[in-house]
Amino acid sequence: MLRLVNVNSYYSLVHVLRNLSLHVYKGEIVTLIGANGAGKSTTLRSISGLHPVKEGKIYFKDIDITNKPTEQLVKLGIAHVPEGRQIFWPMTVMDNLELGGFLICKNHGKKQLKKSIDEMYELFPILKQRQNQYAGTLSGGEQQMLAIAMALMTKPEFILLDEPSMGLAPLIIREIFRVISELKIETGLTVLLVEQNANAALRIADRGYVMETGKIILEQDASSLLKNQEVKRAYLGRDKREIWE
Amino acid sequence: MSSGGSFTDLLQFIFMGLQRGSIYAMVAMGFNMIYNSTGIINLAQGEFVVLGGLMMVSLTMSANISLPLAFVITVFFVTIVGILMERFTINPVKPPTVMRLIIITVAVSILLKGSAMCFWGKESHYMKHFSGTEPFEIMGATILPQTLWIFGILIIIVAAFIYFFNFTMTGKSMRACSINRDAARLAGINDRKMVMLSFALSAGIGAIAGIIVTPIIQMDYSRGALLGIKGFGAAVVGGLGNSIGAVVAGLLVGILEALGGGYISSHYMDAFALLILLIVLFIRPSGIFGSREASRLKEF
Repeated sequence: MLRLVNVNSYYSLVHVLRNLSLHVYKGEIVTLIGANGAGKSTTLRSISGLHPVKEGKIYFKDIDITNKPTEQLVKLGIAHVPEGRQIFWPMTVMDNLELGGFLICKNHGKKQLKKSIDEMYELFPILKQRQNQYAGTLSGGEQQMLAIAMALMTKPEFILLDEPSMGLAPLIIREIFRVISELKIETGLTVLLVEQNANAALRIADRGYVMETGKIILEQDASSLLKNQEVKRAYLGRDKREIWE
Repeated sequence: MSSGGSFTDLLQFIFMGLQRGSIYAMVAMGFNMIYNSTGIINLAQGEFVVLGGLMMVSLTMSANISLPLAFVITVFFVTIVGILMERFTINPVKPPTVMRLIIITVAVSILLKGSAMCFWGKESHYMKHFSGTEPFEIMGATILPQTLWIFGILIIIVAAFIYFFNFTMTGKSMRACSINRDAARLAGINDRKMVMLSFALSAGIGAIAGIIVTPIIQMDYSRGALLGIKGFGAAVVGGLGNSIGAVVAGLLVGILEALGGGYISSHYMDAFALLILLIVLFIRPSGIFGSREASRLKEF
């Protein structure tokens, strides 16, 4: 469904993505793990068109989408939940969801928009209780749910999730991950998930990539990655004794 | 006129201040709209006002078109000018750094001013008041019907503004773009279209301000700079980007200016607005209604 071929991205002179290639099949949850600054978020930003790609190609459903404007990619069915809960703080939860459904409103009218918002309230009941509150006053977990709900409002086939668990309590992380796997099963949503919390991510993922300084260094089934000695040592925080000894 | 004495004077100055202030408020709203969508100050804002006024003069005084129709045509025309300005001078700039864009608006302002001079000449133009020049008397002070028109239209614009930005999808998307551009783009909102729209709207508001003020001040091609600076002053005093703040600050600047002109010296009337701007910039650069936190994060 998604294919990156030798993608190179820069932040002015800093070479962030170095010949990065990866692919995601339809209906898969693929996770991208790696240390801070490895280029995980930049990978997602390059896919969704928020960051320019210098060299290389990105294909979505065999269409070349390299450096296309973000709003066109959204129309094609790519949603991106950037890190740090990018919601509209001074607006109400309801307004945020309406804006998430900007395209629905434009193409199918207000009625369809209302219906989609109700679907989101079903998925995240807490948002319904908070619908008239300002988004900035929500708790971290609620904000993250809102950010995901906004992305789902664009009716994506493929969703990019950037650190959905950042700074959240374990119980809420579990809740969010439950929703993600539910969506995959029920609607056939394809997910590319970037996570610091490699353990939780690999548990719901089908496949995983390990990234280091802008390059993919490993690609395997999620279950094999969980058992991989090197991954365990570097990202899962287990088997530390072997290093000390 | 002498009966009532100082209170009547005060009231008279306040009316005058509100009338001038309404215009500053509208110019300031135009500044804010573009500031919110692009992060730049459009220094051609005053030129929109002049263009609106002069166009209206030609349509009503020379072509004898009825007021309402001329009003619509003028606003439409200036809005088109705003859109063209964005399409041809702002949109193609890559990368769109704040400094480059501001210099471009200076160029556009000079261009518009020059064209206005070629087309309408250097003299100032008189325009008929909307509904007569017979003043009303309120507690000894007099007020022109045109001034009431100005207040009325300011109120309508503010109401329309609040409705547009809080209750319509387009207005909300424009706000979304100024709050968090990346998130807005990820929702499928075309941010460049919103920038164009903000230029269109602020040109439209500028045109309206020009139309309603022309009967009182007699428009000429060079008025734009001063109107623009005072409107900018109002925008800064109200906190850049805060449109309701701009309206309050615009009226405030107008009143202080009129009071200063009335009680201290009418020669320095124009200086008072700039003095207020300087004082605010020294003491509270984020403006009276602006948030200090936010201003620290802004590029400009």
